[in-house]
Amino acid sequence: MSTTPTDKLAEADLEEIRNERVTFERTPDMPTEHMILNFGPQHPATHGTLHMVLELDGERVAGATPHLGYLHTGFEKLGEYRSYNQFVTLTDRMNYLSPLCNNIGYSHAVEKLMDIEITPRCRDIRVALAELSRLADHLLCIGTAALDIGAFTAFLYGFRAREVLYDLFEAVCGTRLTTSYTRVGGLLRDVPDNFAEMARESVEETLRATAEIDRLLTHNRIWRDRTEGVGVLSAEDAVAWGATGPVLRASGVEWDIRKNEPYLGYETYDFDIPIGRNGDAYDRYLVRMEEIRQSAKIVRQAVEDLPLGPVNAEEEHAVLPEKSEVYESMESLIYHFKMTMEGHGPTPPVGEVYAATEAPNGELGFFIVSDGSREPYRIRVRPPSFVNFSLFPMLIRGHMLSDVVAVLGSLNVIAGELDR
Amino acid sequence: MVVDPMILEGAIALVKIGILLGVVFTSVAYLTFMERRVSALIQDRLGPNRVGPMGLLQPLADGIKFMWKEEFIPANADRVLFAIAPVMILVPALLIFAVIPAGGEVTIPAFTLFGLQIQETTTTLQIIDLNVGILYVLGMTSIAVYGIALGGWSANNKFTLLGGIRSSAQMISYELSLGLSIVGILMLTGSLQMSQIVAAQDGFLDWFIFRQPLAFLIFVIAAFAENNRLPFDLVECEQELVGGFHTEYSSMRFSMFMIAEYASMIAASALMATLFFGGWHMPFEDLVGPGLVTLYQVAGFLLKTAFFLFVYIWVRWSLPRFRYDQLMAIGWKVLLPLALLNVVITGIWMLV
Repeated sequence: MSTTPTDKLAEADLEEIRNERVTFERTPDMPTEHMILNFGPQHPATHGTLHMVLELDGERVAGATPHLGYLHTGFEKLGEYRSYNQFVTLTDRMNYLSPLCNNIGYSHAVEKLMDIEITPRCRDIRVALAELSRLADHLLCIGTAALDIGAFTAFLYGFRAREVLYDLFEAVCGTRLTTSYTRVGGLLRDVPDNFAEMARESVEETLRATAEIDRLLTHNRIWRDRTEGVGVLSAEDAVAWGATGPVLRASGVEWDIRKNEPYLGYETYDFDIPIGRNGDAYDRYLVRMEEIRQSAKIVRQAVEDLPLGPVNAEEEHAVLPEKSEVYESMESLIYHFKMTMEGHGPTPPVGEVYAATEAPNGELGFFIVSDGSREPYRIRVRPPSFVNFSLFPMLIRGHMLSDVVAVLGSLNVIAGELDR
Repeated sequence: MVVDPMILEGAIALVKIGILLGVVFTSVAYLTFMERRVSALIQDRLGPNRVGPMGLLQPLADGIKFMWKEEFIPANADRVLFAIAPVMILVPALLIFAVIPAGGEVTIPAFTLFGLQIQETTTTLQIIDLNVGILYVLGMTSIAVYGIALGGWSANNKFTLLGGIRSSAQMISYELSLGLSIVGILMLTGSLQMSQIVAAQDGFLDWFIFRQPLAFLIFVIAAFAENNRLPFDLVECEQELVGGFHTEYSSMRFSMFMIAEYASMIAASALMATLFFGGWHMPFEDLVGPGLVTLYQVAGFLLKTAFFLFVYIWVRWSLPRFRYDQLMAIGWKVLLPLALLNVVITGIWMLV
């Protein structure tokens, strides 16, 4: 019989139930029972609407059952009734901490399906914005993990730098949270003139905050006691459960889509992939800290000598023409009409595609099936948080109640991604 | 009419209690304000600065807000215990102040009030100088455990129950170290009386911080744990237990818990100043004029207390929180042996 992770879990369950019976028999006069604690859906540590039913043996967690469905939004189903460009706005709302990464990942998938080559300028802007989103996401993840363990100040240091990043997103996309910046074959609009300068400034601010958090936490005895050896994930389990991103790399597996299956020209950038050794919450923290520094390097390289030229590909059937041309030329007006009117828009050929990008929390994949119409036949999203969250019951088993928040914080579960 | 000395003594005690309560409640109110402003300073924020000049009326606004909130009692709560718990934690916290001396003897000159002739009297700036002062303090801190445990139990909520259980375990374990850390001082002074302990620290170099540094360290850590402040705030840690033992409390009952927490913080800071930093004794007392020396001493005592309060806030906003088992391990495996060691060292030192 093959031992899949599910079997292992069932065995552990049985083992525990057996042990439980023994304790009951030993103390017939004073039987004990486990306490069921509803952790969420409204709870300060869940950062979103998560629900976990914890089975507590005193302070020890005997079992945890995550419940999903509190934020079910039906994004995937909605996608079947939206044109390819309209779906971009829905991707924002999945991981609301790094919406740009979702925009980019989705557009990347559609472009792969339609075989569109994006311009060099668009490519570099996308890389810079994806990495800036990664900075914002990691700052928040580390911050909330620290907040849950009681270090409020580290959280606010991260938030301060994040504010600068969000100002940049606002300048570029017009919005801070619901960016909806990419379009099939290009971008909503070009970046402002001082984009490179702003990007460099926000990177500086992020690195400053990272250094401050580093000084507050990395060698802090209490922080290390709380995170070291907590929620240990072995490399085999990480691969078997399909963990990706910092969670996988902290377990010592060197896998990053940016390196292993480069997209958007990531192979031309000089950066390293940090990996951990023990796979515990502390390593996940360290990996994220180092990824911030590496992403900062990528942003600097991307905005250095940003190529000039258009941000939209020369694809009349997929990309809106320049507004000035719409007023001047007949063809452009027709293409504009064909792109924007109901029942028109970018139309990929019949086929299916799976394209994955490295989002801050791991592999963000979009699987799109096209039946040749203006709307996708089916869109399926592979959200990194959803897969990483499935590890939670295994990681928390046998730990203390306080470790629930430490493990949850180190996995960085985004509730919006759990139910699409 | 000459006032009977007995009645006069009682009247003075009542006046002192009134002043003390006023000072403590005002300090509690402004300590919450100080906490918010200092935490803002640490975190690059501004903090409350809208109500009144520099936000100085913020505590008043908070108080009014608390009073107008709904006083909610959960359906299945034990209503009697639920109502008693905040009182049981607030009253002991305030009673500790009775034995803390804020200054030396002061002389009230003779004067006439509403035709009553009041003779010249001397009194100490302390409500009562119990001969078991320190034991009284430790006893009062022990009673506070009941308030938290009952508050956690009576609300009939799993989170408050966990908070209550944690607190009783935590406070009982740390009380041991707290008590033992003071033993060294008691051995050196040979008295449990607060005034004697302060008198033993007459000169600057006699301060117990120089003679009992290890005891001070243990006392500070244990006091942090006693007051349930970060890094030992497992009792109410909001990220795990929502609000801990006071999750279900609201309105003035909740604010009584807050007042008690801050009052016991002030009491602990005052104790640190009294036991280890010379109490109201200050260096260079001789240089200050005889008329101002009492003022100088009281101001010095308040400054020392304020400094330790600042340390409380500083630590809270810098450190993460311990886990329950780690907290127990530190209490029993580190602090308790160290406190015993301190007693042994003090004993040897006294013999040699």
